Amino acid sequence: MNRDVLLTMAVTFATTALVSVGGIAAMIPEIHRQAVGVYGWMDDAQFATAFAISQIAPGPNILLMSLVGWRVAGLAGLIVATLSTVVPTSLIALAAHRAEVRLSHARWYAITRRSLPPIVVGLIVASATVIAKAAITSYLGVVIAVGVALHVALTRTNPLVPLFAAIVVGIVAGRLGYL
Amino acid sequence: MARIRRVVRLPSTVWPVNEEAPAPAASQPRVEVSHWDLFTGFLAVGMFGFGGIAAALFHVVVEKRRWLTPEEYTSTLGLGQVLPGANLINFATMVGDRFQGVAGALLALAGLMSIPLLSLVALATLYDRFSDLPDVRSATAAAAAGAVGLTMGTGFKLARTILKSPMAMIFAAASFAAIGLLRFPMLETIFVLAPLAVAAGFWSQRS
Repeated sequence: MNRDVLLTMAVTFATTALVSVGGIAAMIPEIHRQAVGVYGWMDDAQFATAFAISQIAPGPNILLMSLVGWRVAGLAGLIVATLSTVVPTSLIALAAHRAEVRLSHARWYAITRRSLPPIVVGLIVASATVIAKAAITSYLGVVIAVGVALHVALTRTNPLVPLFAAIVVGIVAGRLGYL
Repeated sequence: MARIRRVVRLPSTVWPVNEEAPAPAASQPRVEVSHWDLFTGFLAVGMFGFGGIAAALFHVVVEKRRWLTPEEYTSTLGLGQVLPGANLINFATMVGDRFQGVAGALLALAGLMSIPLLSLVALATLYDRFSDLPDVRSATAAAAAGAVGLTMGTGFKLARTILKSPMAMIFAAASFAAIGLLRFPMLETIFVLAPLAVAAGFWSQRS
């Protein structure tokens, strides 16, 4: 049974990663749809917590997939989830990098490169709204999310600064009974 | 692509190789970067990349170790962004391959991922152990809300620089509606929207 879960997860994550234009943030709604909706590996609240932990940990945000794997099947899950997200796309990156000299002169390449980013913007905003439903459970949560969003959108500081500020606000508010 | 690692190194007192050699093309490596360098360099990126990973990446790869010029950095990162998967993973793969082939790519990835994965497991274990504490629960709820804000803010930031034409706004709205509101599967959505966007790109260039 465990092997079936690992295999399903490997196929799901690899396929999603291979069509994820615009990086991992764009993958989040699909991972949520699969992990919570289709396969029921975790519930909404667990997904929101996993997302929060993966954002606090340093490093690439592919860590969300690693953590989903860890939650579903321990160390084996962590390894399978990480590798299935990284390996297929890295092979493409390898091939593309070696072909880039030829690619960069092609007109379709330049047009493709310019045409896809708007879709990515839509996907990233969709990520935020999909997780918002699970992750925001109070009015204070709304205030924190809006505050962090404005800070990230309008400044160039390290995004972990507002994130840690949010945590401090959360602890203080919790102690005062507001959360 | 030929890699210029196997250059015969003569004592520079006898033959000033570096000055006689033709200037390498922009896409060719100018510096020697060993397997160990790749591992430790990306280990540093993973270690210092708390949130501001892009800043850590630029600092290590361009400013500190001088593996790439700013132009090479931007173009490699740009290619990593159009390709599927995580930008940073793609970037590490390409830089590793550039200097040491497939082994270099593997070492760069291992270096990049090891500290983040260890801290992830540590954080998750700590959370499991202490999730009953009220402070931990409020901190996690706040962090989850903050993480939503982080993603939303990134989306806004990108929207401001990318959505400059009505066409761009239409495609952003379409992908948002399909994934965020209608919860369509990503595979089908991308297979429909991406070719349409590229077709629109061709069309707008022609007219």
